[in-house]
Amino acid sequence: MSDTGKSLGLHLGLLLLLLALNWVLPAYHHGNLARIMVLAIYAIGYNVLFGYTGLLSLGHAMFFAAGMYGMGLTIRHLGWSPGPAVIAGILSGLGLSVVVGLLALRTTGVAFMIVTLMFAQSVFLTILYFTEYTRGDEGFVIQQAQRIWAGIDLSDAHNRYLAALAGFAICLMLTWFLIRHPFGKTLIAIRENEERARMLGYNVYRHKLGAVIISGTISALAGALYGLLFGYAGATFATVQYSIFPLLWVLLGGAGTILGPFVGTLFMFYLIDLSSEITTAYMLVAGVALVLLTLFAPQGFMGELRTRLIRWLP
Amino acid sequence: MLELQNIDVSYGNAQVLRQFSLRVAPGEITCLMGRNGAGKTTAMKAIMGLLPLGSGQITVDGVVASDLPAYKVPALGVGYVPQGRRLFSELTVAQNIEIGLMARGHSDEMRDEVLEIFPRLRERLNQQAQTLSGGEQQMLATARALCLRPQYLLLDEPTEGLQPSMIASIRKVALQMKQQGVGVLLVEQRVDAVLSMADTVAFIENGEAKEVISVNDLRADKSLLTRYVGV
Repeated sequence: MSDTGKSLGLHLGLLLLLLALNWVLPAYHHGNLARIMVLAIYAIGYNVLFGYTGLLSLGHAMFFAAGMYGMGLTIRHLGWSPGPAVIAGILSGLGLSVVVGLLALRTTGVAFMIVTLMFAQSVFLTILYFTEYTRGDEGFVIQQAQRIWAGIDLSDAHNRYLAALAGFAICLMLTWFLIRHPFGKTLIAIRENEERARMLGYNVYRHKLGAVIISGTISALAGALYGLLFGYAGATFATVQYSIFPLLWVLLGGAGTILGPFVGTLFMFYLIDLSSEITTAYMLVAGVALVLLTLFAPQGFMGELRTRLIRWLP
Repeated sequence: MLELQNIDVSYGNAQVLRQFSLRVAPGEITCLMGRNGAGKTTAMKAIMGLLPLGSGQITVDGVVASDLPAYKVPALGVGYVPQGRRLFSELTVAQNIEIGLMARGHSDEMRDEVLEIFPRLRERLNQQAQTLSGGEQQMLATARALCLRPQYLLLDEPTEGLQPSMIASIRKVALQMKQQGVGVLLVEQRVDAVLSMADTVAFIENGEAKEVISVNDLRADKSLLTRYVGV
């Protein structure tokens, strides 16, 4: 079997396994996995920019929040149904990523990190400023009646799981196709050596802008789905902490690998979940685990697996 | 014709090229020689649009390349193999070549053509570029530039640190390109390599163009080498 065939088989196999788990998992882990899949979409979006293009953003929470509020505000104030509301969320992230990309890509390196951080702070403060609509820090609940779309109640555990899986599957396969497409390959070339890519005739700025837009839009989809499936939109999701999370998930799972974002999110989620049962200092446990992984598996789980065992792993 | 006409190039306040002019004709190998820091690599980077000009202009077959953004210069038919190779080091040989091919939309035919020129790369297709030997890396960097099917090929110290058999391969490729009508601009410190490859030698000193002579004349009178290169 060709490497492409093996890779496609692996990814479709994982999606089938996740589908089967819908009917197998106990309620607690079932709920967790739905949440993990939505957060993994966010990590997939982040991976497009960080893992494949080599741009480190410290403000990705703004895209997650744009999706969440784009969806939530249209449901709450305009009475839209979930379908159009999710599209509004995606378009909010798309619009924001175009603006942020056009401005932030005038900088590079540390300056790019700072500019994205500042943009995210602006979005966070904007949410707080318009408290009348957003309910500020407190956020707002999306009622069960508002989460019914085409007769499907998205607050139901199984429907929620399947919706999360559908979103995750779309984004996972989108990345799979992206890195096989010349555009994706060019992003990797830019990550490896930006000047060399330019000398070969690639418009580096345009490709980076494309990466910011794809990344921001996927992150917005994650935000919209999270708000809709778990029934809440809040300013917490626009804080710096939510910009750091996807970076950690991607680093843990393996930057520049397709499955890395999912594996990293899964690991981190359960690490915090399990350690919080043992101690209140659970973030310390997570921190130690991160240090150890950085020391002994600097390429993340999937990155190390690719280097040491499975060379065809995308 | 690739022409640099009275160009000034500076790094901040330090001016490196002063009213520098040079011509590279199709089907000829022109070698640019000078001491370290004379401005040879700067001239190549200026051609590729990687450094802004203070004055003057660079034209490629009549098109003013110096008015274009850097990424549009290769589309004029200029391939560049920089000093130190600058590969996509974590990618495989095959992926490096593919990125070169994609840049101009060239086909598998071009890929085969390039691999025919460098058969050793065919044996290393799935190997990471950073694990290749110095000579193989030079071959890969040159192969990637050839994927653009250039009309002008800029080679910056291609034989630096290579063993004699590898130098012979690079020489063979340069001569092959010349036969195909490609204009080659070579920056080279090895006198033997220059004398065996070049048609014309241009000397540069402190950023200024000095003598331009044919390689036959240089063979007859090597005093210019002593004056401008110190050998």
